[in-house]
Amino acid sequence: MNVNRLNKDLYLKNGIIYDPYNQKSFEGSIWVRDGRIAGVGDFETPNLEDMKIIDCSNKIITHGFCDLHAHFRSFGEDDKEDFESGARSALSGGFTRVCVMPNTLPPIDSPEYISFVKQAGDKTPVHVHPIGAVTKNQDGKQITEMSLMYNEGAVAFSDDGLPIQNGAIMRTALEYSKFLNVPVINHAEDECLRGDGLMNEGLVSTHLGLKGNPDIAESVMVLRDLELAHYTGAILHVPHVTTKKAVEHIKRMRVHCKNITAEVTPHHLYFNDTELMNYDTNLKVAPPIRSEEDRQALIQGLKDGSIDCIATDHAPHRLEEKETTFDIASCGMIGLESCFGAVNKVLCKDNGLKVEKVIEMITVIPRKIMNFKVDLFALNTPAELTVLDTKKYWKFSREDIKSKSLNSPFIGKSLKGKILHTISKNFLASN
Amino acid sequence: MKQKHLLFLKEYPVEDIEVILDTAFKFREVLDRPIKKVPSLQGVTIVNLFFENSTRTRISFELAQKRLSADTVNFSASSSSLKKGESFKDTVQNIMAMKIDAVVMRHPAPGSPKHLTEFIDAVVVNAGDGTHEHPTQAILDMMSLKEKFGYLNGLKIGIVGDILHSRVARSNIYGLLTMGAKVTVCGPPNLIPENIKDLGADVIYNVDDLIEWADALNILRIQKERMGLPLIPSVREYRSTFGLTLDRLNNHKKEIIIMHPGPMNRGVEIDSGVADSEQAIILDQVLNGVASRMSILYCLCGGISNELEKDERK
Repeated sequence: MNVNRLNKDLYLKNGIIYDPYNQKSFEGSIWVRDGRIAGVGDFETPNLEDMKIIDCSNKIITHGFCDLHAHFRSFGEDDKEDFESGARSALSGGFTRVCVMPNTLPPIDSPEYISFVKQAGDKTPVHVHPIGAVTKNQDGKQITEMSLMYNEGAVAFSDDGLPIQNGAIMRTALEYSKFLNVPVINHAEDECLRGDGLMNEGLVSTHLGLKGNPDIAESVMVLRDLELAHYTGAILHVPHVTTKKAVEHIKRMRVHCKNITAEVTPHHLYFNDTELMNYDTNLKVAPPIRSEEDRQALIQGLKDGSIDCIATDHAPHRLEEKETTFDIASCGMIGLESCFGAVNKVLCKDNGLKVEKVIEMITVIPRKIMNFKVDLFALNTPAELTVLDTKKYWKFSREDIKSKSLNSPFIGKSLKGKILHTISKNFLASN
Repeated sequence: MKQKHLLFLKEYPVEDIEVILDTAFKFREVLDRPIKKVPSLQGVTIVNLFFENSTRTRISFELAQKRLSADTVNFSASSSSLKKGESFKDTVQNIMAMKIDAVVMRHPAPGSPKHLTEFIDAVVVNAGDGTHEHPTQAILDMMSLKEKFGYLNGLKIGIVGDILHSRVARSNIYGLLTMGAKVTVCGPPNLIPENIKDLGADVIYNVDDLIEWADALNILRIQKERMGLPLIPSVREYRSTFGLTLDRLNNHKKEIIIMHPGPMNRGVEIDSGVADSEQAIILDQVLNGVASRMSILYCLCGGISNELEKDERK
């Protein structure tokens, strides 16, 4: 992948432009000048000499993707990922905007740390937004200086990785966050019910002799959080939903509670727990890969609007943390590079969704959840664009990974739809 | 043999199990000879990797290896470099670098023998992987049943105890069902996975009903070390509800074979009177364990020595 600063105007020629904000698709070109949108679709053709021209015929040009849930590991574990490698990974997957989770070492739980992430992110070619910890040191006891962190650039609050067990603390966090108008995101798992479960509890865990993590560990916690969101009126975003039961709870609560949103990961849409029969540690994630019935419910949840959007939960790990026995392997997989190809295959090819819908789920919808600018094709807007071939079948390989880490079970899997170019902060990244 | 390893009995070919059982009975005769040693695996080097404590399984394997004239090395976690922080991968690759033909491994992590095959090229025999499988135990159990009944097809076997955490139960279920036997499990409902029926075993919660149904019972040890939570209210409650007491057995006035993989908790899951009775074949199981493990090692590693002989002939 080449990433270069654009030193002249960019002309994305004769593509199929899909504007997910206005939900309009039309043929045309896009002109970027000084990193800003200078023309979309019908505009007076500028002097094409001395412009970088990319032929986009039969390709879709759309908003740059936005991820609500990634781990860039900086600081503390920069050998797994840092802002620069994370940004390359994002660009390769078509992402121009990434929200990073605060469970670093130490966690991002103060305005000073938020400022560090913001400054480090600003140096990269993608827009990096810090999510602040809900509680000090992510220990679930005392809420952080949310307002000061917000002022430094925190866009949401989460103790991701560590579920907030104490309902009163979660209530306080939700209530307190109301004057900031940003989402609180709780990794929804009841730790007592989860126990030391290593994978989804079910027939496969019985076969494998691995301790089970039952679906109710998630659904009871999601239900608690939904009730709290309803009770407090605060904004709740449910991350990485994995179970049919949680989808049902969310669907029910959303009927009379408008301040709730939810995301699902590409891997929970793509895999089910039978894929673990070989003890593949790259499929060890938290929350775990669930049953086929759950997977189908997640797809249905996206179709009927119970779940809003896709988020990667990009979680890099060192080789030796995965090249070990299943019980002690770390949880998580990388996901930025393989995201679109995976969800497009599952949702469009296998389940008949329109590709435009899928694009909305990784562009305008996550941006709305985080109050980011959404009308990205308006003139003079800083250009965040992705050019992709939605019909291309390809096999994901090690070479497609730009992250520092290689922990992906998608290696060798067939995907549909490939990112060709990503434009962000006046940089052009080409795969 | 179709299989290179003996990792798990799930989906292990029936033909291979038959070969192992037939060969085991031949080695069983060797054990009755005054000199109980054959040169079958001379020149074959086997390492016993025990990442978890074991007495009987380890002695059984060591004896089997000595009886076959194999060269053996022992490794145990307590005396190992693991304490110095060396990874599983490095530990096994270091040992394998010394040209080992086969590995017998016990490890607390379910699936670890599968991981082992990804790191090394030797024959792997699973001597118990945590709460997953214990295939050699199931082979010796099947051998003991076959010795007693003469056949396995159609036999009705009851397994009593903590099924959820039992590697013996899993391997027995897979192996026995492959060989055409019927299996019913019995124990406290919280220690029987809901979906055990999908493995092909039936479930009975009343141990008296199980005794009426079964030809043989395999009584599992109540493994206190595997219980993360207090899953059983008390020993007294377990003994009177699920324990194989002498009174309970006498009430049934029925010939039934009693097995136990050991070590036993006398007075908990099994009464002394039952364990020491004529019906119990617990010590036969122990002897058959040596014969079974000789057979398994011979069937899997025999190929190695054959190759060598061929080379020498050339």
